[in-house]
Amino acid sequence: MTDSAPHIEVMRSQLSRARGLGAGGSGTAHWWAERVTAASLLPLSTWFIVQMFRLGGTDHAEVVKWGGKPVNATMLTALIITTFYHAQLGLQVIVDDYVHGKAHLPTRILVKLVTSLLGLLGVFAVIKLVAAGSRRS
Amino acid sequence: MVELRLPRNSEIGKGKTYPAPAGAKNVRTFRVYRWTPDDDRNPVVDSYEVDLDAIGPMVLDAIIHIKNDVDPTLTFRRSCREGICGSCAMNIDGENTLACLKPIKDIKGDVRIYPLPHMPIVKDLVSNLDGAYAQLRAINPWLQSDSAPPPDAERKQSIEERAKLDGMWECILCFCCTTSCPSYWWNGDKYLGPAVLLAAYRWIADSRDEHTGDRLDGLEDTFKLYACRTIMNCTQTCPKGLNPAKAIGRIKELQIERKA
Repeated sequence: MTDSAPHIEVMRSQLSRARGLGAGGSGTAHWWAERVTAASLLPLSTWFIVQMFRLGGTDHAEVVKWGGKPVNATMLTALIITTFYHAQLGLQVIVDDYVHGKAHLPTRILVKLVTSLLGLLGVFAVIKLVAAGSRRS
Repeated sequence: MVELRLPRNSEIGKGKTYPAPAGAKNVRTFRVYRWTPDDDRNPVVDSYEVDLDAIGPMVLDAIIHIKNDVDPTLTFRRSCREGICGSCAMNIDGENTLACLKPIKDIKGDVRIYPLPHMPIVKDLVSNLDGAYAQLRAINPWLQSDSAPPPDAERKQSIEERAKLDGMWECILCFCCTTSCPSYWWNGDKYLGPAVLLAAYRWIADSRDEHTGDRLDGLEDTFKLYACRTIMNCTQTCPKGLNPAKAIGRIKELQIERKA
């Protein structure tokens, strides 16, 4: 955070401050991706919740068999990627709002790193599930 | 990082109380933020007991009465007293509005009056809006057209084209909306704020303007435009009943439209 109040800087003109470094040339893609992922998560999450209720109480072998089916594996992967992409976009907004100064860029990178790794972890779990399912059948 | 509390020199103390004149029947207390740069003291809230039967109906009438008859040191801006100049924008009863348009009878209990939030204070109820004015200038709020105008007439606009400016030309730039916006509080050095974005869309929507693309280019930025989180305090607080949130939404639609 700057030491002085945002609009009081004596030597530099207010217009120069307002123009700053100029428009960054991006923002629309992020804003649009937020909306698209949010809309996609509605059917994907609904599907996931329904499937979990259907699988409730079944044994491990049954779940592995379910996960080995291409449609289920595809939907699971789509859900995981969309979820963590959406989380990344949303957390970045929070960081932009509340983290100022030198901490801003490192925090942004951290958010990207952690959400990407968690997403990858989920995807590899699905791959393992599919591999196990195909070995048994 | 996040600021969770006020800086120590902004913490507000208790001020003086100015009692109502003897015999006053219809008394209301006005609790007014006071701060002066002339000494090193923290801001305080002074209490003025005002006889409502002796003054006009609006909050502006009360503070003019306080300045004229009770405490001439009270500092505030006002000019037109009819909601067209935007000078008397302040935070009254927790909401940014124009003192001249706010009836005292609409407020329950003590009338709390503070300057517009989160701006540097010049004195008492006068906040420094230089940054917001500069942001307005930065979006070029004037007609930009490369075609020469007709030599002996104004630039023509159809009734439908003119109608698109309704709800925007009425803005008086009081900055009630901008200073009510949390996004502007946190990132007011980069985010343009609702008043300026409304002004930007007023020129984007103007059929006579030929620099629409340049204007959209200037707003294509993570903060300048997209720090808007659709909180909609702007629309809720606007004393003129305008809808800056809708204008911002339209700008975002156009940004999508020209990329899709």
